[in-house]
Amino acid sequence: MAVLSQNALEVARLTVAFGKTVILEDLSFEVRAGSALAVIGPNGCGKTVLFRALIGSLPHQGLVRWAPGTRIGYVPQKLDIERDLPLSGRDFLAAKASVVGAGPEEALRALEAVTLPHGAAARPIGALSGGQFQRLLLAAALIGRPSVLLFDEPTAGVDEPGEERLYQVIHRIQVSEGLTLLLISHELNVVYRYATNVLCLGQGRPCFGPPEEMLTPERIEQVYGAPLGYHHHG
Amino acid sequence: MNWTAFAMSVGLAVAAGLVGCFAVMRRMALASDALSHVALPGIGLALALHLNPVLGGMAALAIGTLFVWGIEHRTRISTETVIGVVFSLALAAGSMLASGEELVDALLGAPGRLGPWETALGVGGSLAVSAFVLTQRNRLVLALVSEDVARTSGIRVARLELLYLLAFALTVTLGLRYLGVLLMGSLTIIPAATAKHLARNLAGMFAVSVAVAVFATLAGEALAVHFHRPTGPVIIAVAAAVFLATLPVRRTA
Repeated sequence: MAVLSQNALEVARLTVAFGKTVILEDLSFEVRAGSALAVIGPNGCGKTVLFRALIGSLPHQGLVRWAPGTRIGYVPQKLDIERDLPLSGRDFLAAKASVVGAGPEEALRALEAVTLPHGAAARPIGALSGGQFQRLLLAAALIGRPSVLLFDEPTAGVDEPGEERLYQVIHRIQVSEGLTLLLISHELNVVYRYATNVLCLGQGRPCFGPPEEMLTPERIEQVYGAPLGYHHHG
Repeated sequence: MNWTAFAMSVGLAVAAGLVGCFAVMRRMALASDALSHVALPGIGLALALHLNPVLGGMAALAIGTLFVWGIEHRTRISTETVIGVVFSLALAAGSMLASGEELVDALLGAPGRLGPWETALGVGGSLAVSAFVLTQRNRLVLALVSEDVARTSGIRVARLELLYLLAFALTVTLGLRYLGVLLMGSLTIIPAATAKHLARNLAGMFAVSVAVAVFATLAGEALAVHFHRPTGPVIIAVAAAVFLATLPVRRTA
């Protein structure tokens, strides 16, 4: 178990490029164990690229150092799932549990933690609503007792009441399990409420700091290239 | 039919039914069908050199599979596109190397001339492919839903994909002599496509796919003997008939 003062993640001079197109350049930040980092910025600024580089899915330069023994739970951005794919939510959770060596009771516990009804978990994953599917992905991420959760836009494709519930679930789990949370979000009010630190990607140099310093109207306008409110639900 | 031929037919059908499930779910139905044709130049070359055509086909499939996997991982071209190119090249090379009658045998199969070692290879290979799909099903499911979830769960995704493609290629190789290049691809895809339409979960998909593949193989063999027709095409006709007959069936809630 990581001590609270330790860093869960250290990133130094991280650069990701596709051919000659540089997506992320010279990015450095740290995430304290047990804290919540929110990554914000306009579409196409490289938020998902950053996450995929952090988990080793994309080639990159620079240093990405996770604390020893880190177990990552990853919740990907909305997936392109065929509606008639004959895989049930249970199949997916059982697959995750088996691969990480967790027992079947952990899959049940995860379902309860995200408040997904058992009936929904028995249905084909392509037939779930946006909110149910997001909760299923979250449940899968929780199996295997992760020490870090990575969320790529957890509420994309979820209606507003569902969105609020999902953030409450995420926050509750983070606090109760002492997890480190890395979160990509467009919901600046949520970021303000839950994040320990904010990393802004986008126009100009990336900036990093606590939300009260990062989420000023001037800074938002600088990052998004438009005044606050305009991109609020972008 | 004697017992070894029966074991061979059923083993091959089970392997094809299982390995086809992930080909269909990964939306590589056409790609995997085309991949099976990559065996042709190997068969042609083996015939020209008076070697066993199955060995030639197996070598060509192994090389073709590594080639497709390599290109896919080095460039950002999709599997479908890469296989499309490799397949056309293989078909051209195969027709240049083999004569007309040999080519028809290779494409449509020439059963009834299986040696003991060919039968042993068929049964052993079918067991190996079935064991691979059943033991690796959870890894394959995670990689299918999200590569990033699979990777953060400790799965080496690229290696798993290569192993899956090799298992697929091996299944096709095992059926080469028996069903031919054209039809072996179909025996992996049609039962799995039927299962995808009917099943609601992974266990159901495996069960339906294997059942359709075994039924089509055994019924096809019986009908072929009865009507004095070549076995391979009758097997595929039965499988396709089952697929078409189940189309109006809706999955129950």
